[in-house]
Amino acid sequence: MLEIIAARGNYWIIIALMMTGLYITFEANNLIKRLVGLSVFQTSVFLFYITLSKVAGGTAPILMGGDIKKKAKHAGEEAGAAAGGQGEAAGAGTGLENVYSNPLPHVLILTAIVVGVSTLAVGLALVVRIREAYGTIESDEVRAIDIDVALAEEMDAPAREGAQ
Amino acid sequence: MIEAFVSFAPGWARDHAAPLAVAIPMLCSTLGVFLPNGRLAWFLSILATGASLLMALVLMGLVQNEGIVSYAMGGWEPPAGIEFRIDALNAMIILLVTAIAFLAAVFSWPTVNAEIREEKQNLFYSAYLVCVTGLVGVSSTGDAFNLFVFLEISSIATYVLVALGARRDRRALPAAFNYLVMGTLGATFYVIGVGFLFAATGTLNMNDFSQMIPQLTDSRTVQAGFAFIIVGLGLKAAMWPLHQWLPGAYNYAPSFVTTFLAATATKVALYALIRYLFTVFKPDFSFELASFGLIFMPLAAAAMLVCSFQAVFQSDVRRTLAYSSVAQVGYMLLGVSLATAAGLTAGLFHLVNHALMKGGLFMAVAGVVLTYQGTRVYDFAGLGRSAPWTMTAFAICALSLIGVPLTAGFQSKIALLAAVFANGWWWAAALIVFSSVLAVLYMGRILEAVFFQAPANPRKQRKEAPLLLLIPLWILALANIWIGIDPAPVFDLADDASAAVFTTGGAR
Repeated sequence: MLEIIAARGNYWIIIALMMTGLYITFEANNLIKRLVGLSVFQTSVFLFYITLSKVAGGTAPILMGGDIKKKAKHAGEEAGAAAGGQGEAAGAGTGLENVYSNPLPHVLILTAIVVGVSTLAVGLALVVRIREAYGTIESDEVRAIDIDVALAEEMDAPAREGAQ
Repeated sequence: MIEAFVSFAPGWARDHAAPLAVAIPMLCSTLGVFLPNGRLAWFLSILATGASLLMALVLMGLVQNEGIVSYAMGGWEPPAGIEFRIDALNAMIILLVTAIAFLAAVFSWPTVNAEIREEKQNLFYSAYLVCVTGLVGVSSTGDAFNLFVFLEISSIATYVLVALGARRDRRALPAAFNYLVMGTLGATFYVIGVGFLFAATGTLNMNDFSQMIPQLTDSRTVQAGFAFIIVGLGLKAAMWPLHQWLPGAYNYAPSFVTTFLAATATKVALYALIRYLFTVFKPDFSFELASFGLIFMPLAAAAMLVCSFQAVFQSDVRRTLAYSSVAQVGYMLLGVSLATAAGLTAGLFHLVNHALMKGGLFMAVAGVVLTYQGTRVYDFAGLGRSAPWTMTAFAICALSLIGVPLTAGFQSKIALLAAVFANGWWWAAALIVFSSVLAVLYMGRILEAVFFQAPANPRKQRKEAPLLLLIPLWILALANIWIGIDPAPVFDLADDASAAVFTTGGAR
């Protein structure tokens, strides 16, 4: 039992990070903290993908040694073969000398990181604007201000209607 | 008509229609940043969305002639490379998105000019084009991870666009922030799901998925991936109860943005959901069938009831329409949850019709915002007399939303009722009728104010919305009537789409 848990250490870390991130996102009142939680949550997913790409005994997915010449001939098949060999020893099916980790998830996560960074940038820009407009970055205070203003308008509206 | 159009199209357009529909708005969006003023950017956005619309028409023709259009991005053959794969289902969605994007672009100038600061207008149009890029991309791609990237491209642009409503009402900022948090959570859930599928199959191509997953239905990994993907896309599609971001975002965004989003954004996410439910996974999987009966159907019913009730009690016209949007997503999901071809057809048909009627309604509201600055129900009082053209179009779209005969909404509700009865779900039929009665209440309340109440506001001596706004509005309103009288063309598109998913689904 303990071995099963220990052998999947990566996944436990991912689950812990994911839940921490989600909890912060839901629970924090401070808008910056919510973004931090969101980032932690996203990062746990990045780790998940990187864990998937690891092949036991595999090295970084950069061709080395005798593989360079072989690969030059049929470069186009590389990505497909690497993807197909996921989860087993990647060297087995591809006729390569060395065992490589699957490069595809790394590429995907590079894209996902860019997406995450841009989301974070937009989020922080929004927080700056909220600070300018409301004078606070606590979401409960923002909500309280909104409710007060809306109530004041509701009180105002019939009076205006009556006056016309 | 579309066949003739394809035969006129030059060879390069026929070969590259799929990527061009995405690439043109994308490249034009970067161009827009360098333009000196908003008016030029407006022209650019009309040109870009118009070109994209032409490409969508060519694609539609190609799909009708040849079946599936597959385009290997950068010459890298699928499944290793990214594939754009268009069948009857996407072709319809791409056509809908680009057509609405074009109409919205034409109509945008007066309201953008009034609501967005002058030095930001060209950037506003750039963000708009990025949003269109993302939406068309989501509808074209055949690669699961690429879909995520396009989803986020459109979403990030949307957050920015929604936040720009802050000039009129600062509540747009918290609304945009909430949308950002929820939208990012949804997209990340989707990525987790794709990761599980990737772990199980070793591919990211949806076509590959659909061939490999039938052997793996008992795998817990695939089932977990399915759950994550459904929750993620459900959040983006505003599936009840994951719709909390929608009313705020629609209510406070600039009126042009609301018009565009209401007619396209949730529709595209719903398309992605349908793509996963019917092409990547097959409805005959036991765990998926269970999800239809135990998740989609109750959620759809709840959306139709709860959100229609909420719509009745809103004092703001835009918020009423936003809640009604969530309720209408419920109708589409109800059609989908039948898991029959007729149900999917009805759902897709309603998807198109709803885009037309909500687009029209929000355009009319944008006109009112432009001339009278108010969106509360009592701001609308007496407008029927001072702005008859705007309000008649509004009324036509409203009747269509209710489902009055001779309008598009009636046709899609009939189709939905027929599909529901074919499955023997008589209680669902009762729900549809009851929810329509609620629609009579919430739209009737606004129409009553518009046509039968005396104007309560002295500013209402102002006139119609500008002509530029009226033309796209009336195109949508007349489209509602046209579909109401002769549903065949659009219904056939929806029917082809669901047939493409159901019959060729296995061999795709």
